Amino acid sequence: MAHPPVLALRGITKRFGGVQALVDVDLQVRAGEVVALAGDNGAGKSTLVKVISGVSPADRGIIEWEGRPVQVKRPHDAHALGIATVYQDLAMCDNLDVVGNLFLGREIDRVGVLDEVEMERRARDLMRALSIRIPDVRMPVAALSAGQRQAVAISRSLMGAPKVLLLDEPTAALGVEQTSHLLDLIEGVRDRGMAIILISHNMGDIKAVADRVAVLRLGRNNGLFDVSTVTQEQIISSVTGAADNAVAHRSKGGEEAWP
Amino acid sequence: MSRGGPHGDGGPAGPGSAGPVTTTRERRAAHGWQDSVREYVRDLRGGVRDGERGPLLVIAGLIVIWIVFQGLDDKFLSPRNLSNLSVDIVGTGLVAVGIVFVLLIREIDLSVGSVSGLAGAAFAVLNVNQGVPEWLAVIVAVAAGTAVGAFHGFFHAWLGVPAFVVTLAGLLIWNGLTLYLLGASGTINIDEEGLVASLTSRHFGSDLAAYAVATLGTGGYFLAARRRRSRHLATGMPYRPGGEIWLRTGLLAVVAFAGAHTLNRFQGLPLALLIFLVILVVSDYVLRRTRYGRRVYALGGGVEAARRAGIGVERVRVAMFMVSGTLAAFGGLFVASGLTSASPTTARAAGSGMLLINAIAAAVIGGTSLFGGRGSPWSVLLGVVVIQSIASGMGLLGVQDAVQFMITGGVLLAAVAADALSRRAQARRGRP
Repeated sequence: MAHPPVLALRGITKRFGGVQALVDVDLQVRAGEVVALAGDNGAGKSTLVKVISGVSPADRGIIEWEGRPVQVKRPHDAHALGIATVYQDLAMCDNLDVVGNLFLGREIDRVGVLDEVEMERRARDLMRALSIRIPDVRMPVAALSAGQRQAVAISRSLMGAPKVLLLDEPTAALGVEQTSHLLDLIEGVRDRGMAIILISHNMGDIKAVADRVAVLRLGRNNGLFDVSTVTQEQIISSVTGAADNAVAHRSKGGEEAWP
Repeated sequence: MSRGGPHGDGGPAGPGSAGPVTTTRERRAAHGWQDSVREYVRDLRGGVRDGERGPLLVIAGLIVIWIVFQGLDDKFLSPRNLSNLSVDIVGTGLVAVGIVFVLLIREIDLSVGSVSGLAGAAFAVLNVNQGVPEWLAVIVAVAAGTAVGAFHGFFHAWLGVPAFVVTLAGLLIWNGLTLYLLGASGTINIDEEGLVASLTSRHFGSDLAAYAVATLGTGGYFLAARRRRSRHLATGMPYRPGGEIWLRTGLLAVVAFAGAHTLNRFQGLPLALLIFLVILVVSDYVLRRTRYGRRVYALGGGVEAARRAGIGVERVRVAMFMVSGTLAAFGGLFVASGLTSASPTTARAAGSGMLLINAIAAAVIGGTSLFGGRGSPWSVLLGVVVIQSIASGMGLLGVQDAVQFMITGGVLLAAVAADALSRRAQARRGRP
């Protein structure tokens, strides 16, 4: 972890009307590291994602990219830097096949005519490299399972060779086995040197795949932990803002915790 | 390739070769010839597996329609009637191809009937009343359709008015304009020897013409499919087996040469049919093989996804309405050509929506979805043959208009219901 952070946020502040959505939030992520972003509903996780991805820029604060301050005013800026975002809704074209979705907006063509063979070959290579199992890259994504769709969405975001990957609640709609496949995928991507910010509600996922966890509470930083040393209860109490409450108690019972 | 979808491995699918679903591609590639035939038939049938409608049901329906009408009147399947049918489908068919472009982005254009009437009237007024040269009048009439489409597209894409309302207003506006243009002169007869009249009256007398087109179409399909296969195999990827390509080519050849033979027994290949086929091939190529076409399908599959992928959603929308307006105007010239006139009576008929309903029905019967992102221009060929067969048969039997309206409306309703049901079948399988 000796490298400087790829992406560092300092003092990010954002308000909507009278509501302080984010107040002086700091966050850093390095290459080859998964930082989980945890927090209760309304804690500001989604707002922070929108700030980083340029959808909704911050009012104040500094974004540093590889040590240099940069402006992220539009999604295009984030894209140009090398920040890829996979939103919770995935936003895929159900009628197009996997290849079509992977290359949407960046098709390989010869004078406007699609080079389907080359796109399919690269799609297969990518699926193989990431160990994603999909029956056929020519299947319409509508026919895929939720986990496969999520995997396709993530691999699509890797097409532009980004350096930072933002994942917004990737496991929220997945079953147990699909979740474990997805976590494997996230680890695989991290091992390729990507910096990953993982927004998650799920303590199990965070413990399984994240290196560090940053907690937001009511729009402010409320703790930054090393996942290997922190307990689940500590994260939860940081999320809820109470060392001892019903949620923390309940989760002491077992691994199957939260929410 | 799923039915009509923009996936990469389908051929320029002919009427009977709408393409297999590629989920089975690898399996099929590994199996023998008989398996590939079995799979191919299953693909044609479509079904619950993918919630897609294969064309087989429609083909079966068409055969039933033909048998019934032939039983009621033995002139129905005569070369003369079939040849006329192949000309009569073109006006509606071109309008329906324009509708397909709009349906693919999950919108609708209700103005196409009026726009086609407007183009016919504009041509007649310019050429006959004003003495404008025919070629120039044709260009102006078609360009008027493009402009009308741009107008609709502007209101829809940039002002956010629902397309259905914009084009419903357009239906009345352009019909009113047509009646206004014709108001002073009433019925205008166009030159029966002229360019526009020859659009539907010209036939290539030589037998060679029809056979040449059949040979070109079949051979072109075969070579293109073989080339795609060898390119796939060269990079070590699976592709549909060679036997299946032979099978598809064989079916296409049977249909193409039987059609050519029938046309030659009357007056030969009609110019109108040739133009229609060329437009189908070109629009299918653009939609399925080019970067631009991919954007159109993407927009129908998910606006948000398309936007995030950097596609200029508004521009594509405007362009699709322009295509729809252009083809509606072009189709309108074929309608005027068939009647060799433009008159307030036909203009009122265009405003009543018969052409519009036939065009939508043709697109949907052929397998283009009202819910966007699914379908292809080729679907129109099958659909319009069904629609025109019903109209032609009822015409031969002297069925009155009132009954024809009810039957055409009923057919549209049935096609749309089938479309909605196949969508529900997808939803049941957990797809959005």
